Amino acid sequence: MTAPMTETNTQNLASYNFAYLDEQTKRMIRRAILKGIAIPGYQVPFASREMPMPYGWGTGGVQVTAAIIGRDDVLKVIDQGADDTTNAVSIRAFFAKTAGVATTTATPDATIIQTRHRIPETPLHAGQVLVYQVPIPEPLRFLEPRETETRKMHALEEYGLMHVKLYEDIARNGRIATTYAYPVKVEGRYVMDPSPTPKFDNPKMHQSEALQLFGAGREKRIYAVPPHTNVVSLDFEDHPFEIQHFTEPCALCGAEQVYLDEVVLDDKGGRMFVCSDTHHCESRRAEGHRGALLGDEPVVEKEAAI
Amino acid sequence: MYVAVKGGEAAIANAHRLLAARRRGDADVPGLTLDQIAGQLSLAVDRVMGEGSLYDPELAALAIKQARGDLIEAVFLLRAYRTTLPRFGHSEPVDTGAMLVERRISAVYKDLPGGQLLGPTFDYTHRLLDPELAGDEPLDAPEMAADTGERVIRVSDILGDEGLIEDDPATDASRPVADITRTPMEFPMERDARLQTLARGDEGFLLALAYSTQRGYARSHPFAGEIRIGEVDVEVMIPELGFAVVIGRVKLTECQMVNQFKGSTKAPPQFTRGYGLVFGQAERKAMAMSLCDRALRASELGEDIVAPAQDEEFVLSHCDNVQSTGFVEHLKLPHYVDFQAELDLVRRMRAEHFARTEGDTPADGAAREAAE
Amino acid sequence: MSDADTLEALAKAGIPAPVKPLLTVEKLTRVYGKRIGCADVSFDLWPGEVLAIVGESGSGKTTLLNCISSRLTPTCGTVHYRMRDGVSADIYKMAEAERRYLMRTDWGFVHQNPIDGLRMTVSAGANVGERLMAVGNRHYGNIRGAAIEWLARVEIDEDRVDDQPRTFSGGMRQRLQIARNLVTEPRLVFMDEPTGGLDVSVQARLLDLLRGLVSDLGLAVVVVTHDLAVARLLSDRMIVMKEGRVIEAGLTDRVLDDPRAPYTQLLVSSILQV
Repeated sequence: MTAPMTETNTQNLASYNFAYLDEQTKRMIRRAILKGIAIPGYQVPFASREMPMPYGWGTGGVQVTAAIIGRDDVLKVIDQGADDTTNAVSIRAFFAKTAGVATTTATPDATIIQTRHRIPETPLHAGQVLVYQVPIPEPLRFLEPRETETRKMHALEEYGLMHVKLYEDIARNGRIATTYAYPVKVEGRYVMDPSPTPKFDNPKMHQSEALQLFGAGREKRIYAVPPHTNVVSLDFEDHPFEIQHFTEPCALCGAEQVYLDEVVLDDKGGRMFVCSDTHHCESRRAEGHRGALLGDEPVVEKEAAI
Repeated sequence: MYVAVKGGEAAIANAHRLLAARRRGDADVPGLTLDQIAGQLSLAVDRVMGEGSLYDPELAALAIKQARGDLIEAVFLLRAYRTTLPRFGHSEPVDTGAMLVERRISAVYKDLPGGQLLGPTFDYTHRLLDPELAGDEPLDAPEMAADTGERVIRVSDILGDEGLIEDDPATDASRPVADITRTPMEFPMERDARLQTLARGDEGFLLALAYSTQRGYARSHPFAGEIRIGEVDVEVMIPELGFAVVIGRVKLTECQMVNQFKGSTKAPPQFTRGYGLVFGQAERKAMAMSLCDRALRASELGEDIVAPAQDEEFVLSHCDNVQSTGFVEHLKLPHYVDFQAELDLVRRMRAEHFARTEGDTPADGAAREAAE
Repeated sequence: MSDADTLEALAKAGIPAPVKPLLTVEKLTRVYGKRIGCADVSFDLWPGEVLAIVGESGSGKTTLLNCISSRLTPTCGTVHYRMRDGVSADIYKMAEAERRYLMRTDWGFVHQNPIDGLRMTVSAGANVGERLMAVGNRHYGNIRGAAIEWLARVEIDEDRVDDQPRTFSGGMRQRLQIARNLVTEPRLVFMDEPTGGLDVSVQARLLDLLRGLVSDLGLAVVVVTHDLAVARLLSDRMIVMKEGRVIEAGLTDRVLDDPRAPYTQLLVSSILQV
């Protein structure tokens, strides 16, 4: 066997196909995506490939993106809502290198947004695709570890167990204590894991203009929520689903009704809360919005030490 | 004033430059060559080829070098390369009976046709550190028997001729051979897919499970029927030619465990098989694989499933070290958005708890005020 | 067993004769290779009637129970169940979804070992409420209220509603299992040695409770037991099994007081003289 990874191939990735995956694989993934769109919320098994990044680090999302990306697409990648977190940077660089596509941090400009753990604050529009990286696609997994059993539960729509968990939450804590990966029912049929996004983002999935695709590489599942689909968070009539509320606005841009990250300022209990969606925060500041802790000078961007 | 800290591309590039420097180590010491790794760390190379499921000693050596000797990382590198290769088809079943054996031992017969052949084994070495190996002393040339080219009969065939051991499961020739790299896992899993999954499974994980079966967690009364290591021809059927041609040779380790079985309503009392087959010289892995294979046949043989090693979903879903390492290590990635949600909840619940028990809320209120 | 027997039993229990049986079992057979689990069993079960299946261990009574309750596919024979709409349906010809729905609404199954019938790591309230949630009840307060009410009916204190059954005694666990089954007001409950494994005094209390619930709710019950005293206390009718076959059937009092088959005579004499 030849050794294609030495000499000739270390210079560029030209020997890899556009967007890394071969066309045969992309077709296979697209078929899974189409099936997923046809049956919203249903987990379609697919022959997940080994990717040049570790399982659990977005291999599912990367495969979905690789299968749907075209030369004219504009890609945005976020992790924790931020464009500049290391894994987002790494995945964006991967596609810039293997597909040569344009990338952006501006939510409205992107045609494909790959995300881990957040949905952008700016409402998505028709034609956009939001690709979620999913670690554990099975919402029933921690109630029932067996795949053979959970598939049967989905097939027969036996979701009582899901509410047993929520019931236990309330009995024990006085409230539903699930804060992220909060289960939803899609189009009145399948119970789905929205990936570990905070439940704050659940309402954004409902009747979204954009197509939402979910890829779980290690678990080999793809699922989808087509545009204009009902996505309802599970709850009780007397303990309705509610999202997190923050008591104060973003310290940098003054935004309210957005998801905030807590930043520890010192070792004396000093804290501030800033937008988790970095693009949203930056664009608000560019528009002149100012939060309580925003200095007069523009925010200095410092490269993290190694 | 707040200064945003960004983990950007430059930081990543810097980290990778540091990694490259650490990998190379002291520049005054000559760098390792791939020949050195493939030639002198060959069991590491074999393990990486096996679990990477790609037979290429040179690439495996490169992967080990690139991974700084981290074998799971090397397996990962090889897998990520393998997945980009086009799949042309599959070989004919290799004939391990025609293996050019370098090592062949059986624990169930004192002597047998073809003999016990120890080969290059650590067995019976005294595990004393050898200071001479620190240098590069010349060695005595080993004595090698002349290759007679004769088939060395497999122990399982000796037993099989007498009907004492179950036949190899009949395969439905009309069914395509499973390929776990091309189709998602499904349970219950067929034998071909199970053996593929075990063959690339983590040696340590399978070893521990195999050990557990010996300690009573699904005991299967095993005997090492035969272990053989050597090279076999790989043949591929060329439809245009209408016959199979040899495309190369691979070194394999095969282990056939012979296990007691009392018989069932369908089958007479006879021995059953546990099967292990691994790339390269990987005896421990092949033995562990064969014990696990036998344990996983519990439901097929009508045995109660009482132990982890018999639990198909448990074993086969968790034996892949590339998957395991990725998911365990992904905990390094930022999770602060979800953590924030949990922080908020815990604070609120604590506040309610203290309000209930003492009528006031220490700590939390103070922290919240300080943030403002 | 003749219909006359049945009607007599019902009259005795004060139940007006229904037009049609709830459950009809015909020629039910289950074999394991050459060994017989149960063979050629037929009977009708009427609404509100309690039928005991008795026999020694290995007599095939549990196999029969599992075949009737759709937990074990029979080798041949049929089981028809009259649905709430009055239509009689072959339970083995139903779609799996329909059968499972039936099992968690209109049927109950009480296991000998409560661990098999409870979720040991969720609270008693959730154990009782699970069936309600499975059929779409989405009001926490109502579910909890129903759970507390049912706990009271099985004599478990309200303040145990948030405790896990791990912390319950054997008798409490069994009562919790019964509450969990009855919360959807099923019409038919299967019981497999419901008092097995309990102390004698606990058994007596549980039997009393069961008797009360069965008559209050008008439940039809098929109860498997090796204990003739349980059959005597609970059942209207009984069938005696030996080596997979029914060797005697009839009104419980008749069978126990005047056993006809020699085997039944042996069984009765060996136990009731104590």
